[in-house]
Amino acid sequence: MNCLSCILFVRHFVILNIKRENLPLIYVKTRRLNIDEEGNFLFLLKSFVLFMDIVVEHLTKRYGPQKAVDNISFRVKAGEVLGFLGPNGAGKTTTMKVLSCFISPEEGDVKIGGYSIHEHPEKIKKHIGYLPENNPLYQDMNIIDFLEFIAKIHEIPKHLIQERLLDMVKVCGLEGEKHKLIRELSKGYQQRVGLAQALIHDPDILILDEPTTGLDPNQIVEIRELIRRIGKEKTVILSSHILAEVEATCDRILIINNGRVVVDGTAEEMRKQAQGNEILKLGVSGGEINDIFEKIMDIDSVETVDFIDFENQLFEVQSYPDMSSIKAIFDTCVANKFYITELTPIETKLEDIFRKLTTH
Amino acid sequence: MNQIIQIAKRELAGFFDSLMGYVLIIMFLGFSGFFTWIYGDDIFFIGEANLSIFFKVAYWSLFFFIPSLTMRSLTGELRGGTLELLLTKPISYWQLILGKFTSTFVLISMALAPSIIYYLSLWSIGSVDHPAIILGYLGLLMMSMCYIALGIFCSSITESPIIALLSTLFIGIFFHQIFETVASSSVGLAGSIFSSLSMYTHFESISRGIFDLQDFIYFFSMIIFGLYASREILVSRNLKA
Repeated sequence: MNCLSCILFVRHFVILNIKRENLPLIYVKTRRLNIDEEGNFLFLLKSFVLFMDIVVEHLTKRYGPQKAVDNISFRVKAGEVLGFLGPNGAGKTTTMKVLSCFISPEEGDVKIGGYSIHEHPEKIKKHIGYLPENNPLYQDMNIIDFLEFIAKIHEIPKHLIQERLLDMVKVCGLEGEKHKLIRELSKGYQQRVGLAQALIHDPDILILDEPTTGLDPNQIVEIRELIRRIGKEKTVILSSHILAEVEATCDRILIINNGRVVVDGTAEEMRKQAQGNEILKLGVSGGEINDIFEKIMDIDSVETVDFIDFENQLFEVQSYPDMSSIKAIFDTCVANKFYITELTPIETKLEDIFRKLTTH
Repeated sequence: MNQIIQIAKRELAGFFDSLMGYVLIIMFLGFSGFFTWIYGDDIFFIGEANLSIFFKVAYWSLFFFIPSLTMRSLTGELRGGTLELLLTKPISYWQLILGKFTSTFVLISMALAPSIIYYLSLWSIGSVDHPAIILGYLGLLMMSMCYIALGIFCSSITESPIIALLSTLFIGIFFHQIFETVASSSVGLAGSIFSSLSMYTHFESISRGIFDLQDFIYFFSMIIFGLYASREILVSRNLKA
C-alpha cells in the first residue's frame, strides 16, 4: 500500500502543516484503518513520524590539501539502519559531522527529509540526534540537569520534560547514577548519557559515531539491542570498526576507505560478491581417500579439490563460478557407496572482505 | 530566544557552582566599598554628593574581573569538544555567542546591583545629582558589555583560558588607558583619533552625566564588532575542523 496515495482525513491541521512545509510523507502507527465508500483510506492517527530520507550527493570535504571525504554519494531510506565501516581516518567521522550540520562541506550537498544542510540546518538539527565520536559532555553538571538542559534546548514542552527525562534515564540504564556529576561517571556510563542526550527529543534520525566504544561486553549487547529497537522506527546511521557489531545491528553496510565508498550493500550481498565461487568443506568416508578424491574431481561442476585432513578424510571443494556441486557430490557418494561425514559451505568472513577492500 | 536563555542560564549556574560568581560579587563589593567609603580620598572628601569615586573604582575593577569571567566562555567549549554538542542541537552561532554574552552580563549586573545601596545612602545624606548617577551606572554597564564582547572574542581564538585572559587584558588596556595617555600627549588629528578610541574618554563623559549619542555609538560598535568577530572565528574554525 502506498502511503502517498492515501488520503489522511483525521487531524487535518497536522497533515496540512506537513504539506505546507513540503515534507515527505508521514506516517506510522494507526489506531484504526477504515476504507470509505469511495475507496479512500481513513487513518485515525495515534502518532505520526516523518519519513526522513537522507540523500548525500557528491560530498567532498578537504583538510588542507588532503581530501577527508572524496565525492561520496549514498542514500539512506527512512527506517533503515546503516552501518558505516572503514579503517581509521577513512572519513567516517567527517561524513557524520557533515550530516549533523556541524561542519560544512566544500562541495556537494546533503538533503535530509528534503531539506538541504546548506539552506536549512536549523530545521535538520531538530530532527537529528547525534552522538559525537568522543562524546563531549559538560563534566561539571549532573546527569539530570544536563539532560534537562538539552531537553530545553530542543524546546520540548515543559510538562513533558520530566516524563522524557525519566524515560531516558530508564532506557539508557542510568537510574542508579542520575544525581551524580558527569565527571564522576565511568566511561560506559558517560556513553549512556551521550546516548540519552541524543535520544531525548525523540529524533527521526540518529547519528551515532562509534556508540559502543568504552563499554563492557554486557553494555555493548544492551546498547546494540537498544539501537536495534530504535532502528525499527527511526533512521539510524552508526559508525564502527567492529564488524560483528555492524553486522548484528545494521540492515545495510557502507564501507568507505580514503574518503570514498568502496562497498554499499547488505552483509549478505557483500559476502556473495567477495566469495564468487562456492567453496565447501567436505568429509567423506567409506572408501579409500585417493579413490574418493578422483571421484569428486570427476564431477563436472568441481574446479579444484584440496586435502584438508588426511586422517579424517576432509577436502575443500571449489566449484566453477555460478555452479553448485552439492547435489552432484551427494549423488556420487551414493553411487560409490561412500558416506558424507561433513558438508559445510565455507563463508568468507566479513573481516576478510573488509581487509581486502581497504588495503591496497 | 529560548536557546539564548537556556545557554545563559546554564552558564550562570556554572559560575555559581564553581564559586566564581560569589567570589566575584564579594570581591567587587569589597573593593569598591573600601575605596569608596573608607580609603584615601573617599566620598566624604570630594565635597559633592555623587558617586564618581565609586565609578572610578568600578571602572578599574571591572576591567580585571570581566576577562576572568569570559576567559572560559568559549575556550571551555572548544577544549571539551562541547561546541560540537551544542552546534548540532538547534542552536545557531549567534544564539551561542549571545547566550554566553548574556550570562556574563547578568553576573556583572548582579555584582553591580547591591551597590545601589551606596546610591541610596548618599541620597539620604545630601542632594544627589540623580542623572549623573543613573548615567554613571549606564556607563558601567556599557563598558562591561564592551569588555565582555572583547573577552568572548579572545576566548574564541584560543583553547587556553590563560591566553584568552591575557589577550583580553592586553587588548583591553589599550582602550582602557593607553589610548587616553597617548591622546593627552599628542595634538591635532592624532590626538582626537586616540581620544575618540579611548574607553576612558567615553566613560568619563557619560559618568559625568553627559548624554552624548557619540558615546553610545562607540560602545555599541565595540560590542557588535566583538561579537561579530567571535562568530566569524567560530565559523571559520568549523570550516577548517
